Parts: sequence; C-alpha cells; structure tokens
Amino acid sequence: MDTVIGVQYEGGVILAADQSNARSILTYQSNLDKITKLSPSSALAVSGPNSDLVNFSEYISKNISLYQLSNDGLQLSTHAQANYCRGELATALRKGPYQVNCLLGGYDAPSGKGKGSLYWMDNYAALSKVNYGCQGYASNFCLSIMDRDWTEGLDQDQAVAIVDKCIRELEVRFVMSQPNFIVKVVDKDGVRTLKFGADPADN
Amino acid sequence: MSYDRAITVFSPDGHLFQVEYAMEAVRRGSTAIGIRGKDCVILAVERRALAKLQDPRTIRKIVPVDSTTTLAFAGLTADARVLINKTRTEAQTYRLTCEDSPSVEYMSRFIARTQQKYTQRGGVRPFGIATLIAGFGLNDENEQVPVLYQTDPAGTYSSWRAQVIGGRNAKSLREFLEKNYNDDMGMKEATKLAVQALLEVVDSGAKNMEICVVKGAGEKHTMTEAEVAVVVKEIEAEIEEGKQQKTSTSS
Repeated sequence: MDTVIGVQYEGGVILAADQSNARSILTYQSNLDKITKLSPSSALAVSGPNSDLVNFSEYISKNISLYQLSNDGLQLSTHAQANYCRGELATALRKGPYQVNCLLGGYDAPSGKGKGSLYWMDNYAALSKVNYGCQGYASNFCLSIMDRDWTEGLDQDQAVAIVDKCIRELEVRFVMSQPNFIVKVVDKDGVRTLKFGADPADN
Repeated sequence: MSYDRAITVFSPDGHLFQVEYAMEAVRRGSTAIGIRGKDCVILAVERRALAKLQDPRTIRKIVPVDSTTTLAFAGLTADARVLINKTRTEAQTYRLTCEDSPSVEYMSRFIARTQQKYTQRGGVRPFGIATLIAGFGLNDENEQVPVLYQTDPAGTYSSWRAQVIGGRNAKSLREFLEKNYNDDMGMKEATKLAVQALLEVVDSGAKNMEICVVKGAGEKHTMTEAEVAVVVKEIEAEIEEGKQQKTSTSS
C-alpha cells in the first residue's frame, strides 16, 4: 500500500515515498520517513510493513557504517551497497523473509562513475539497476508517466517535476488517500530532504 | 586433543603467568600516551622505524572504533586488529539496538570484558595488547567532558587523566607525566606535554610520532608531520634556553 518512487538524473537521484503508516483500517501516523540514509551519499527508500521496514533499513545502514569504519573510511559504491542489500534479502528469503520492496539511490564521485544510480529491489531479492522506478501499486500509474517523460541528462528540477507529476497522478487516480509525501535528493552534497508533507520530527 | 583445557591457569603462588607474559608483550610494543586536557584528549603514539620498502600509511596505531570514540593500542598488532574489529561491531550493534551512540565507558568495559574472557576460556590465549580509549562523556552536571580509559591484557579498565602504555620506559614516562600534568590544560598545552613525553623515547622527532587530538562531538584531528615539527621545535628551543640559563648562572 506504500508508494515509493525514484528517478535518476544527471548528478544524482530523487527518492520519494508516502508518509503514511497504516494497517487494516487504522492509520497510525502520517509523517513517517521511509527513506533512510545509508552512507554520506546513498539512501534507501523502503515499502512494506513498518516492522520489516524499520528493522531492515536500520540493519543495513548500521552494517554499512561498520564497513566504512572498519575500512579506514572507505565508502562503498552504490553498486556494492545495492548488492549487499540484495544479499541480505536473499539470505533471509528462505529463513524469515523481509517483506520489503526498496529503491536504493546513490551518488558515486567521479572516480567511480560521477553520476547517480538507482537500484530496484523486491522482497524476493531481485535486483535491477534502473533509470526510474516505483514500488507498490504506484507502479501501475507512474511507470507510464516516467516511461514517457524520462530522458538521459535531466537536471534536478526536471527530475523533481517528474516525481511531482507522478504524485499528482496518484492523488487523482489511486483509490487510497496518501496526503503526505517526503522527497529526498542524493547528490554530490549528500542526502537531504527537499520537501515533505508532514514533518517526520513532529511527535 | 580436546580444547577445553584452559591455557591460563593459576600458579601455586596465585599468578596468572599467561596474563603476565601478555603484559610483557605489551611492554615490547611501541609507546602510546594518552593525556586528558580540560577540553580535549591527546593520543600520541611512537611510530617505530619502518623498513624502507614499507608504506607507513598502512600502519595505523590510532583508530576510530565508533564515530565518537578513538583507540590507541600497544602490543601485538594482529591481536589489536581482531579486538578492534570486535569492538567496532559491538559499537554498531549498540547503535542498532539502543538507537544511541555507546559511551566511551561502555566501549572500554566491552573491550575489558572481552580481554578477560580470553583469560578464562579453553584453548585460547590472552590478547597481547593494552588499549587507550579516548572520547567525550557526560559528567554529573550533564556537560560534555573529555574521558580517557585504559585496558590491559588482564581485562581491567579504569579512567585516567594521563597514561602511558607500551615501551620499555613506561614507568619513567608515567612519573614524568605525574610531575608535569595539571588539570587545567588546554589543547596546546596538552599536546606539548604529550610530545615532550614522547621525545623521551622516540628516536628523532616529528616523523616518528603520530599525534591525534580528540576534540569532542566526534571531531578529531590527526596532526600532520609539519604541525608536530612545530611543537618539537618549540620544546627543543625551551630546552636550549634552559641550558643557556643554567650555564650563565653557574659561570
């Protein structure tokens, strides 16, 4: 029921996720931040039940911190982080699967690729590098918009415009009401929040 | 042969010889000094002369174990690597379960607990290292204050205002620190004291020392060789001045 959207552009990645935390007929909160910072230049947007969402993203982010601390500050590339994530999902798959679907977006400094990369991962531990992607019912509505509008060499504003268009489409056509979305950008200056519907820090 | 027999057993007169031999291994390591100033902790280590073909940047004696805790060790480098890896994992596990950064005291307690475990288990020997752990913690008035802990192969740990581990001259260096330490030292003073103490054991100055200033809130700064050389020059100038004064008053 969650919506997670990601768009890669020249210089980074935009990640967006809805902010509702709900189960059955009850909404627990509507200011949840489902996008976790993994490293100074990568973030993981996760959809799924809140327990797995939080457990999985915290576990991955702490392990990536451990790697960096243990390796003299060496940053893992986005490709490595995505494959690590997938590996954890795969290991858990036949034991106690994480029911999470994620989009991992990261920026690699010029010595690597000098651009943003986006990885699509599902709860069966399938991994694919994509230019844009969605998780959840949103994909039924938004993939066609991104198919039409995404091109190589977008800038940040154009990428955010595509994400906004997707969100507006969901507001009109998706049966569930998702009033709040949080949008983050991952680029050479790190991970930061561009806008949110409700402040995740509000208690 | 079953490995349930402990290697560290008591001697008739109550000694744990393996632990004492481990402490001897620490003494054979290169010196590490920790000094707690009023707003910083200085970790200073002796960088023993390396083989010409060796890359000095890959020899790390002052390492981060967490974003807010720094560690220096003396003794067997390989043992240190293993213990430091365990400690780093523990720090992240703490962060995962408690959603908070572990205190320096917690990390020291963990290291000490681990070192002790290896003196009381079958088939293992103690770690041949002593560690100095530096960082910031909260005092009774909830203010951030610098803290320095030391652990040894026996598994004891305690907080120190200044301490020396490793090297043959640890005892005399400790006496030097006791004589010259005062509670109110700022960053410059504490650094100078650390360099002064290291100069007593180190061969030839700045290039054989590594000095790290832990400033608080996860900030730390490893001094460049040039910066250390400046402090060394200052100290040497003072010594010269002292000598000059002596000769002028005596003649």
